[in-house]
Amino acid sequence: MHKVYPDAKSALEGLLFDGMTIMSGGFGLCGIPENLIVAVRDSGVRDLTIISNNCGVDDFGLGLMLQTRQIRKMLSSYVGENAEFERQFLSGELELEFNPQGTLAERIRAGGAGIPAFYTRTGYGTLVAEGKETREFDGEMYVMETGLVADLSIVKAWKGDRSGNLIYRKSARNFNPMMATAGKACVAEVEHLVDVGELDPDQIHTPGIYVQRMILGPSFEKRIERRTTRPRE
Amino acid sequence: MPLTREQLAQRAAQELRDGYYVNLGIGIPTLVANYIPSGTDVMLQSENGMLGLGPFPYEGMEDPDLINAGKQTVTAIPGTSFFSSADSFGMIRGGHIDLAILGAMEVSEQGDLANWMIPGKMVKGMGGAMDLVAGVKRVVVVMEHTNKAGESKVLHACRLPLTGKQCVDLIITDLCVFEVGDSGLLLTELAPGSNSDEIKGKTEARFTVSDSLREMTL
Repeated sequence: MHKVYPDAKSALEGLLFDGMTIMSGGFGLCGIPENLIVAVRDSGVRDLTIISNNCGVDDFGLGLMLQTRQIRKMLSSYVGENAEFERQFLSGELELEFNPQGTLAERIRAGGAGIPAFYTRTGYGTLVAEGKETREFDGEMYVMETGLVADLSIVKAWKGDRSGNLIYRKSARNFNPMMATAGKACVAEVEHLVDVGELDPDQIHTPGIYVQRMILGPSFEKRIERRTTRPRE
Repeated sequence: MPLTREQLAQRAAQELRDGYYVNLGIGIPTLVANYIPSGTDVMLQSENGMLGLGPFPYEGMEDPDLINAGKQTVTAIPGTSFFSSADSFGMIRGGHIDLAILGAMEVSEQGDLANWMIPGKMVKGMGGAMDLVAGVKRVVVVMEHTNKAGESKVLHACRLPLTGKQCVDLIITDLCVFEVGDSGLLLTELAPGSNSDEIKGKTEARFTVSDSLREMTL
């Protein structure tokens, strides 16, 4: 099993093509695969459909690929942090499909688990239910949502071993575990790469079966979106 | 006098009960955390994957891996747990969260809520709001009674696209409190200095006045 690649560029080699769908982990700027995003941008691949809860900020994260017009469509729940996003969307250059955050998370989980569709109460009677099948269960109305898969998923973990087992840290876990399961290929970047056997099997969040390739990130900016503090007493 | 943002948060905090698991929305709802009554033990949930939300960190102690759903740096507390977004919304959708306190643009007399989009303006997205109102046991809305133009935000029917249908249980405005029931809105509390005539003048929705109408205690 040779999953570890020397850098992000080589880890993505042969996996990228124009018009593909990529899932990218993270919530806001927290837990995003920042090194892999830069490598996807640098590859020049175009007409991408990106599935990600948010779209970074103008100069960090997925926002970098907006600047280069590589994204054609976004599936997200919230995109409020990005001026270039707004400009491209309003001018019609960028397509956008909003999903309620929990529906997005569950669609990805379902996709990775081989579940083609499920019913949820979320969004019943709203715009997001328009054109979708609805059904009553025990007197309550539900909306049918489909599972999501992607050609590639890129995720960020705190620690990984060479067989692809991953452990996330604090709230940087977010969408990463589901996305790791729902890509035809998953590439992970980790802050700490350890040998097989060094991780406690009880503590592993993503079993290595889901991860085909991985890199030790050369550096992590881990930018903070809203720095909030309290005064020391 | 209409309530200030802090007083709105203070009144909303009276909806907390010992042992509750609670999700607070962005804006005034976030301030509710500052007014948790002493002796009331609540666990705050953040839909990005955290249960047991602590206060903001001291300067220099910020952790980029530790943020709330508003993307603010926060801290963990004894008993905190972290989990994935799928688990987080399983918790929400599955009805395990006792209370959500959210902001609103419009609420209807049936308890419909609109708080995520204004057609023709840039839409940022619904985030987790639709999941929260569809899954949490009790939904409390805090908002100003009227918009900037002085028009009622408590309506006969919402005009903006909905976040959820018949999902709101209690409306706390800067002028009054309405309970949402099967037979419509019931005016139960008034802000200090307000009266039911003022509420009638500033409310488009139909409502009945409770026999036990009282002034809010803050």
